[in-house]
Parts: sequence; C-alpha cells; structure tokens
Amino acid sequence: MNDFIMGPLPLWAEILTAVFAVVGAAFAAIGSFGLVRLPTFFSRIHAPTLGATVGVWCTTIATIVYFSVQGGNLFLHASLIALFVALTAPVTTIFLMRAALFRERQKGSDVPSPDRARP
Amino acid sequence: MTLVLLWALKFALLLLAVAMLCAVTRLLIGPTAQDRVMALDCLYINGMLMMLVLGIVYASNVYFEAAMLISLFGFVGSTALAKFLLRGEVIE
Repeated sequence: MNDFIMGPLPLWAEILTAVFAVVGAAFAAIGSFGLVRLPTFFSRIHAPTLGATVGVWCTTIATIVYFSVQGGNLFLHASLIALFVALTAPVTTIFLMRAALFRERQKGSDVPSPDRARP
Repeated sequence: MTLVLLWALKFALLLLAVAMLCAVTRLLIGPTAQDRVMALDCLYINGMLMMLVLGIVYASNVYFEAAMLISLFGFVGSTALAKFLLRGEVIE
C-alpha cells in the first residue's frame, strides 16, 4: 500500500470512513462466521443476510463519504451497488430456499408440505 | 491522522479476508449442494465488499466498477445455480 494518496482529508471524514468501513466488515465477518457455525441449512441461510444488508450499506456509506469529501462533489454512484444488492439478494435467497425445500421433500425429510399453506 | 484511517482499512480488509475464509470453508465441507450455493453467494458479496474497501485504500474509481461487475455476475451465477437445483436445468 505504498501509493496510498495522502490527501488533505478533514479529520471528521477520516473517522467517519474508518468507523463505517470497520463496522461493515465486522458485520460481514459475523455473518460468514455464522455460515460455518450454525447447525442446519435452514438456520444457516439466515446468517449471510447480515453481510448482505448492514455490511453492504455501511461499506457503501464509507465509500460515499470518502469520495465525496476527496472529490469535492457528491459521489452517489456507490449507492447503486447497495440498491442492486438490496434488490437481488432476497431473490437469490427465495430461489435457494425453494430449491432446498424441494430437495428435502424429495429426500423424505421432515419439512412442511407444500399444501399446508392453503387449507 | 491518515495513518489511523489506513490501519482501520487494513483491519477491515483482514476481517473481510476472514469472512471469505469462512465462506470457502462452508463451500468445501458443505454437506448438501444448496449449502455450497449459499456459500458461493456469501463469498461473492464478501469479495465485492473487499473491492469497495480496496477502492478507498487506493483512492481509485476502478475498484468501484469492479465491485459493480462482481455484484451483477454474482447475482446471475447464484440465481442460475439455485434454478438448476430446483429444476435440473437452467433455461426451460
């Protein structure tokens, strides 16, 4: 990291960037650790959403603060990533959940049957 | 005071590397196929966050576009894999 640019950033912007980057990375790490530690698939699928929501939002806010203060104008492109992940992560999770339920039913495991929802 | 920001960003990179290692562990040991797809989903989100943090470290916009590409293709990939697990083929 030798070519780290020593820009004259004000102190509050640096502290804000540092705090949001570390908090976002910590949430992503906690979510991924839950992926390893939790016992069954249906409890494990909850863990990575921590990184996909709070982790992505905090890191995006850190990017927006840093590049806005450094460039002098509002850098809002980064919120596109957070918006895109907020739209697509639930779609992937729903698909994966349906696939997992389908496969568990085919194996004959003890999961809710498909016609329980509509009596 | 820039040193504080640099060390905070290095710590964030370390945390994201640990997160990616956890996801790779689940990818390798996952008992079922859906576990592995979920680990891949988690892995690409962590990689995208790492790209964003690296963009702050090097103060460059190129990493931001790389992060956007990772999020786009990661979504397509994990949706296709989940669809494959559900139906047995991707495009019906």
